[in-house]
Amino acid sequence: MISKKIKGRIVELKEKFPQRKSAILPALHLVLKEKNYVEKESLKEIAGLLELPPIEVFETASFYTMFPQKKVGKYHIQVCTNLSCSLLGAEELVKYLEEKLKIKVGETTPNGMFTLSTVECLGSCGTAPMMQINEDYYENLTKEKVDRILDDLLKKQI
Amino acid sequence: MEKILFKHIDFPEQYKIDVYIKNGGYIALSKALKEFTPDDLIEMVKKSNLRGRGGAGFPTGVKWGFVPKDSPKAKYLICNADEGEPGTFKDRWLLEKDPHQLLEGIIISSYATGAHLCFIYIRGEFSFGAKRLKGAIEEAYQKGFLGKNILGTGFDLDIILYRGGGAYICGEETSLMNSIQGERGLTRLKPPFPTSAGVYECPTVINNVETLSNIPHIVLNGPEWFSSIGTPTSPGPKIYSVSGHVKKPGNYELPMGTTLKEIIYEHAGGIKDNKNLKAVIPGGISTPVLTPDKLFAKMDFDSMCDVGSMLGSGAVIVMDETTCMVKSAQRMVKFFEHESCGKCTPCREGTYWLSRILERIENGGGEEGDIQLLLDICDNICGKTLCPMGDGAIIPVLSTIENFREEYEYHIKNKKCMVTPVRRFD
Repeated sequence: MISKKIKGRIVELKEKFPQRKSAILPALHLVLKEKNYVEKESLKEIAGLLELPPIEVFETASFYTMFPQKKVGKYHIQVCTNLSCSLLGAEELVKYLEEKLKIKVGETTPNGMFTLSTVECLGSCGTAPMMQINEDYYENLTKEKVDRILDDLLKKQI
Repeated sequence: MEKILFKHIDFPEQYKIDVYIKNGGYIALSKALKEFTPDDLIEMVKKSNLRGRGGAGFPTGVKWGFVPKDSPKAKYLICNADEGEPGTFKDRWLLEKDPHQLLEGIIISSYATGAHLCFIYIRGEFSFGAKRLKGAIEEAYQKGFLGKNILGTGFDLDIILYRGGGAYICGEETSLMNSIQGERGLTRLKPPFPTSAGVYECPTVINNVETLSNIPHIVLNGPEWFSSIGTPTSPGPKIYSVSGHVKKPGNYELPMGTTLKEIIYEHAGGIKDNKNLKAVIPGGISTPVLTPDKLFAKMDFDSMCDVGSMLGSGAVIVMDETTCMVKSAQRMVKFFEHESCGKCTPCREGTYWLSRILERIENGGGEEGDIQLLLDICDNICGKTLCPMGDGAIIPVLSTIENFREEYEYHIKNKKCMVTPVRRFD
């Protein structure tokens, strides 16, 4: 279920654009920010709020990689493995994260804390290797830095 | 060259409107709106010969001139901030560190092209950039640089910040417009061109972040000043994003036509760990790879064509002697496979098969005839797609086979790389 607050903001989007359909992507972003993923039920809700046929929302949402429809962990780690990053060890970074989190790419830790994904270029090529966790970029990564970042995120939970 | 776009890039709090104004900001806007007609501005930009910095190099003023004056429809300006060409990170700096420079360029350009609504289409992953822009737009409204009756001139403009959803293809202008319309980011057949039937079927001008950021400087200093920088056919400053195996990766603002050698060795500090250079991609992965004998080449639209490559977005990716070119090609093609919008069969299916074959070669399963097979698939994609992505996707394959064919042959024969990989992440 989308929260009441976000629902209100989605309804506000209805009249913001020259055509209502333009509100789909902004609505998806609102839900993504709240839940980290946008499952089918939320897509239906968005369609209802924007008074659009659900198929139009499904069709658009499924095109864009930023809106996973399956539940992801509290922290979604996305490692860029495009050329500039891979030249500076992105694959070793992925391997290190797999070993550290004891999961493979595409999986979520059993405690639901971390999901690991590989992604295409994030426009951070001069500070490679890098990863994005939820909305934040972490750049010029080393093993030590990765350890610290993950520890800090875990500490936040306690 | 004195820095222009990057003059205040590291100035503390340059992203705040008061600091931007203190540093001379929004003077060009006042000048443009009060001293020039839209037609004057179009002529000025034509005369400056500013060419689009998104990669295609189309003359900006000419594009503006295509907008029909007599159309009863609304006109739109779109700022393309969907920076996604691998290797490129210049627009991100411009919009995160100096967002008002971009906004000032947008307002002037909207006035020149008759637009009263502008979309800034920013790639979805740039959350920080979006936050910065959102703040800057709010500040500009408060100061009366946006909204109704801007600076008392009667000109109205609204800006909508529109976030993408993580699709590279939406940097292509027709996909971008479909994306703003809330649709899948599929490309459209051209013509009609955006200036006659763009977003919502209305006349639309689409310009890149770096292009628009140049506009206030042209208005302030004049077109002659602008065209005195760089080369006669590619004037102005250019931001080169340098990444890969260099000592000092980063964005460097230099005159158009700076040589690759100067960019890599003088500005980016030369090759990391003092290794030898093997290959350079000059303008993002859609541009053909060059070998070290081409380092003399100037980085501008025409000089890059002369050496068989393209300026593209000016994203210089440097690869040292330890790089496996087959693996690099595989990595690049995997990107295109993932990002193909799927509309045109040659691109959708072709990139899939190129990717599978390159993976097979890279993993030691290469067979005799694979090189020819790759070339045949490229031939079946080339020129057979609606947008330039198909042609871009085959470039890594064609240019690495052309320049490093022996590495492919070695891979296929010996089932392994010709080079020994080096650990890069510790």
